[in-house]
Amino acid sequence: MEPFTKITSRAIPLPNDNVDTDVVVPARFLKVTDKEGMDQYLFRDWRFDVEGNPKPDFILNQPRAKGAKILLVGRNFGTGSSREHAPWALLAFGFRALIGTSFADIFTGNSLKNGLLLVAIPPESHADLLSTLEKNPNAEVAVDLATQTVTLPDGKTVNFPIDNFSKQCLLAGVDQLGYIFKQEPRIRAYEESHPSAVRTTVSA
Amino acid sequence: MTSEEPRTLFEKIWDRHVVVEEPDCPVVLYIDLHLVHEVTSPQAFQGLRDRKLPVRQPSRTVATIDHSVPTTDRSLPIVDPMAAKQIHQLEINCRDFGIPLYGLDSPYQGIVHVIGPELGLTQPGMTIVCGDSHTSTHGAFGALAFGIGTTEVEHVLATQCLLQRKAQTFEVRVEGQLRSGVTAKDIILALIARIGVGGGAGSVLEYTGSAIRALSMEARMTICNMSIEAGARAGMISSDATTFEYMAGRPYAPSGAAWDKALDAWKKLPSDEGARFDRSVTLDANSLEPMITYGTNPGMGVPITAPVPAPESIPDAASRSALAHALEYMDIQPGKPLLGHPVDVVFIGSCTNSRLSDLRAAAAILKGRKVNPRVRVLVVPGSQQIKRQAEMEGLPTIFRDAGCEWREPGCSMCIAMNGDELLPGQYSVSTSNRNFEGRQGKGGRTFLASPLTAAASAIEGCVADVRKIL
Repeated sequence: MEPFTKITSRAIPLPNDNVDTDVVVPARFLKVTDKEGMDQYLFRDWRFDVEGNPKPDFILNQPRAKGAKILLVGRNFGTGSSREHAPWALLAFGFRALIGTSFADIFTGNSLKNGLLLVAIPPESHADLLSTLEKNPNAEVAVDLATQTVTLPDGKTVNFPIDNFSKQCLLAGVDQLGYIFKQEPRIRAYEESHPSAVRTTVSA
Repeated sequence: MTSEEPRTLFEKIWDRHVVVEEPDCPVVLYIDLHLVHEVTSPQAFQGLRDRKLPVRQPSRTVATIDHSVPTTDRSLPIVDPMAAKQIHQLEINCRDFGIPLYGLDSPYQGIVHVIGPELGLTQPGMTIVCGDSHTSTHGAFGALAFGIGTTEVEHVLATQCLLQRKAQTFEVRVEGQLRSGVTAKDIILALIARIGVGGGAGSVLEYTGSAIRALSMEARMTICNMSIEAGARAGMISSDATTFEYMAGRPYAPSGAAWDKALDAWKKLPSDEGARFDRSVTLDANSLEPMITYGTNPGMGVPITAPVPAPESIPDAASRSALAHALEYMDIQPGKPLLGHPVDVVFIGSCTNSRLSDLRAAAAILKGRKVNPRVRVLVVPGSQQIKRQAEMEGLPTIFRDAGCEWREPGCSMCIAMNGDELLPGQYSVSTSNRNFEGRQGKGGRTFLASPLTAAASAIEGCVADVRKIL
C-alpha cells in the first residue's frame, strides 16, 4: 500500500448523495479474480453509453478529470454492497482521496485498508468548496493527513476526523494484518478458552 | 466481564469476542464463523498465497457458490467464461486451503445467507462474517453478523480475527399486529423509508417488540437481511423459543447434552431488562400497508396506495435533486401511486425472500391463476434444500401452471451477474433487496416489494395491491 502523506490536486465534483457501490462498479464486472484493470469499470454506466462510447457530459470524461487525485462526493457515499472493487476502481482511476460529508461504513473500512483516504467535512465547507469549483474548475485542494486538514482554494483550512490507528497505517503505508499477527499469543489463548460451537469440516 | 450493568444483546456478544483491546487501537474481535463465496474471495486467497499463509481455522469456514452461478439446468456447462473461471477458482481455493465447499454438485448448495441458517451453522451468540453486505441476515438468530470487504476476508482467513470499532446500538421497536397482506418485507421497507439509507450508519440495529416476536425465523431473516439497506453495520433479534425450535435437529446444531448446554447459554443472551440503546425508533405494525419502492435506493419507498412523492415537495436541495434524478432514471411520474404501472418481469428470490415460506406465500396467490402474458416471472429458490422441499409440496407445479419459470438456486436477478437480468428500460417487481440503478441489469428498473405483492403484480401485469385478491 502506497503511503498517504499530503496531496494537492484539482477536485472533481460528483456531489450526488447516496452513491451506491453498484454505481461505482456494476455487478457484472465482479467476475474478475484479480485486481487488474479496475479503472475501466469505474462508474461504468454513468461514464459510457450502451455502445460503450464515453458520455461527454459525465465529469470523469472531461479533460479536468485527467490526473486528478481528489473526488468531491456528497453524503453517504459508498452505500450498499461490500464489494472492495469500488475502492480498487477509484484508486486505479487515480484518485487518492474522496472529500464528502459522510461515507458508508463498509466502504470506509475497505477504502482505508487500500490507501484511499476518506475526508468528511462539514456541510457548509462542502457547499463552499462545491461553489468554488463551479467558478474555478481548476482550483486546487490540498489534503494533509498528518495534520488532518483540507486546505480549500481560498486558503481556508478545515479539519477532518480519522481514527488514529487507520491514520498511522496510511501514513506508513502498512496494512493492518501485521497488527493482528502481533497478537498471536492472545488469539491462541482465546481459542483455547473458547472452543468452537461448530466444525464445518465435519460433513453435514 | 463481570459488569452488573444491564447490557444489550450486541454488547454481550461483543464483550465475549474481544481478544485484544489496546488504547487508541481498534479491538481485535474473534470471528466464530466465516462464510465464503466466489465473488469477494479470490483476491483474498491470492493474498494468502502471496504471503505464504494458511487458513487459520478451516473448520470455522464454509464456502458456497451463489452469485455467478446460472439458475438454468445444472447439467449444462457454464457459458460465461468469466463466471466459469471464478467458480473454478473457488473450487481450487477451497481444495488448496482445506475449506468445505457446498459446490454446484452439493445437495446443500444455495445462497450463502440461506444455507448458513438451514444447516444450523448460524447460532445465537456467534460472530459471523462474510464478504457480502447481506450477512446481516444471520442476526435474526441473535448473532452479530456483518459484511466485510475482501481485505478483511483475507484477515479472517489468516487470523480468524478482525479489527473492529464498537458500533452504537439502535433499537427498532415494532409493536402491534400486521394486517392481512402485510409482511416482514413491508416492515423493513417501511423502516428504511422512515430512517433513510444512511439512517443506521455506525449502528447495530436490534429489532424488538411484539410484532417482531410474532414473526417466524424466515420472516426475521428478511428483516435483518435489509438492515444494511438502512446503512446499519448489522441487524439482530434476540433469540427465543421460535429460534430454538427452528434450530433443533439441524445438521450443525448441537444435539443431546450439548443442546441443553447451548440452550442455557443462548437463553442468557437477549438484551437485559433496562439495557440502554444509543438510539431508538418505534413502528406501529397495525398501521403498516404493503410497501413498494419507486426510486433508486431502498429508502425511496411508500405504502402501495400512496403517491410517489414529487421533488418539489422535498425541502432539502440534495434530496430533491436525488429524487428528481431517480424519477428520471425510473421514468415515472410523481404525484400518483405506482398501482397499475406496467411490469415486464417479476423476480421472486434472493437472500431476502427465497425461503420456503416466501415461496409458499407466492404460490398461495398464484394457485389456480395465470400470470399476465406480458410478464416474465422467475421463481428462484434460495437453496437446493428449499428447492427439494418446495418440490415435495408441489409448489413448482403451481408456479409452472401459472406461467412462472422454476429455476435452480442462486442469487440470480437480485444482482444480475449470472445472465438473469432485466433488459434496458424494463420494469420489475422484485422481492430482492436493492433497486439501485442497473442492479438487476443495465438500464433495468426495480420496484422492491414482498412476495405477496410480487405474485399479485405478476397476475395483474402491473403493480398490484395483493389485498384486492386475498
